[in-house]
Amino acid sequence: MEYYFDNAATTATRPEVAEAMASYFTESYGNPSSIYKIAQKNKTAVEKARGQIAAAINSEVNEVYFTAGGSEADNWAIKGVAESYADKGKHIITSCIEHHAVLHTCEYLETKGYEVTYLPVDEYGLVSLEDVKKAVRDDTILITIMFANNEIGTIEPISEIGAFAREKGILFHTDAVQAVGHVPIDVKAMNIDMLSMSGHKFYGPKGIGALYVRKGIKITPLIHGGAQERSRRAGTENVPGIIGMGLAAELAVKELPEEMPRLTALRDKLINSILEKVPYSRLNGHPVNRLPGNANISFEYIEGESILLLLDYKGICASSGSACTSGSLDPSHVLLAIGLPHEKAHGSVRLTMGHFTTEEQVDYVIQELPPIIERLRMMSPLYEEILKNKN
Amino acid sequence: MQYSEKVMDHFMNPRNVGEIEDASGVGTVGNAKCGDIMKVYLKIEDNIVKDAKFKTFGCGAAVATSSMATELIKGKTIQEAMEITNKAVMEALDGLPPIKVHCSCLAEEALHAALWDYAQKNGIVIEGLEEPVNDISEHEEIPEEE
Ligand SMILES: Cc1ncc(COP(=O)(O)O)c(C=O)c1O
Repeated sequence: MEYYFDNAATTATRPEVAEAMASYFTESYGNPSSIYKIAQKNKTAVEKARGQIAAAINSEVNEVYFTAGGSEADNWAIKGVAESYADKGKHIITSCIEHHAVLHTCEYLETKGYEVTYLPVDEYGLVSLEDVKKAVRDDTILITIMFANNEIGTIEPISEIGAFAREKGILFHTDAVQAVGHVPIDVKAMNIDMLSMSGHKFYGPKGIGALYVRKGIKITPLIHGGAQERSRRAGTENVPGIIGMGLAAELAVKELPEEMPRLTALRDKLINSILEKVPYSRLNGHPVNRLPGNANISFEYIEGESILLLLDYKGICASSGSACTSGSLDPSHVLLAIGLPHEKAHGSVRLTMGHFTTEEQVDYVIQELPPIIERLRMMSPLYEEILKNKN
Repeated sequence: MQYSEKVMDHFMNPRNVGEIEDASGVGTVGNAKCGDIMKVYLKIEDNIVKDAKFKTFGCGAAVATSSMATELIKGKTIQEAMEITNKAVMEALDGLPPIKVHCSCLAEEALHAALWDYAQKNGIVIEGLEEPVNDISEHEEIPEEE
């Protein structure tokens, strides 16, 4: 039995989505740019999917551009606008808890003569509107703040930042890869100018994403070539991927009214039970402004990879912000940004629930996790100190 | 990243976890900031390591190398114990992923730190043994409670 608690990393493709995609590989394989019937049918299908994506975020249909995933959408939004608005200025505002697809893109632009302000966050991972206001300069061309954080699940004050950016006439991009299909999004009401999404985070396929670009925004292409995507993103369309992501978005948004409360209840049950059962543990991220399926907990005196290995032995798939799991010497930049000392960041575990998570599975984790923590603590020289000092 | 079966065995069923009340030598290396701390206890009698125990804060490889290092040192004379290198620990575990090699170095250092402690307490010199550099003071790295 597998207990999949890593839905923030990727989700299972819904069977109905995989089924809808299947015929586009073997039967309806035509290139949408060709003129014969099987190709034209695909063009129509791609446009229908574009409509499904637009409906999911309340944009116009022709404001949606398909990409090869969330990373490409982030790269394109930031590099594209940086280039096309360079004559207006070279200053970008972002936060220090963005995904690397945004952070490393900004760092790259710094090597090209751009200046980037990386806003701090509070202990819950929230960016403050006041900080955004203070960071704005005459030459600021872009504010890019993620909709919701992939590690700690904190949902940022997107509407407030959007309203401010619009008033100032500064472009506002949001990496909504973790948010689309999980919380309601309305690019019009929220004054979002550009938004990145990725199919595999909401039960669609991997390797397909989209960038919403509000009408009237100049953006230099990232991928040059053919005239696909209204000459803004070249390359023969990933037709099965697009069909799959469109349907997945439609289903996710349609089911939001039931899924949000269901997952929020499971999340809170998991968080509260674990915090109650395990001493020296703490929740990372905001307790309320948080993605419905995200629990991120730090366990003191032990290290995350060890926890993951023991969880895996019990069939539970999870992830950690520990350095050992990131392949670098430092633990997660997000956990450090919310003020966790290294040693607490090393002992963090992220458990992310989704469409296929059941209450029985959550109960299983609540039952299996505390003894794992206890077992590792009994092995820890740090915990030994704590016990001695207590006595 | 893939651990060998031996590493997984020593992680899942670590040998020699615990403390030795009247240890002849205790050594602690690493620090919580980097995510690894190893504490090794040795019981030495008549120049022979009669018992070894450890406590480790760290990843799977850190636990497995501590377990293997304490296994290897048991029953050895002090001179033989000095020959347990990080390579020996790694080989005994059928290898480690490249980013985990430092765990085996830490295990070697932990053994040396415990032997150093023993030598200090007994006023003896162990040939080839140098003062451990990684030794942390007992309380220095203990995270403060908020
Ligand atoms: C917040 C965020 N942005 C961007 C990405 C990158 O998306 P993709 O894997 O589709 O390139 C991810 C996924 O890991 C993410 O969580």
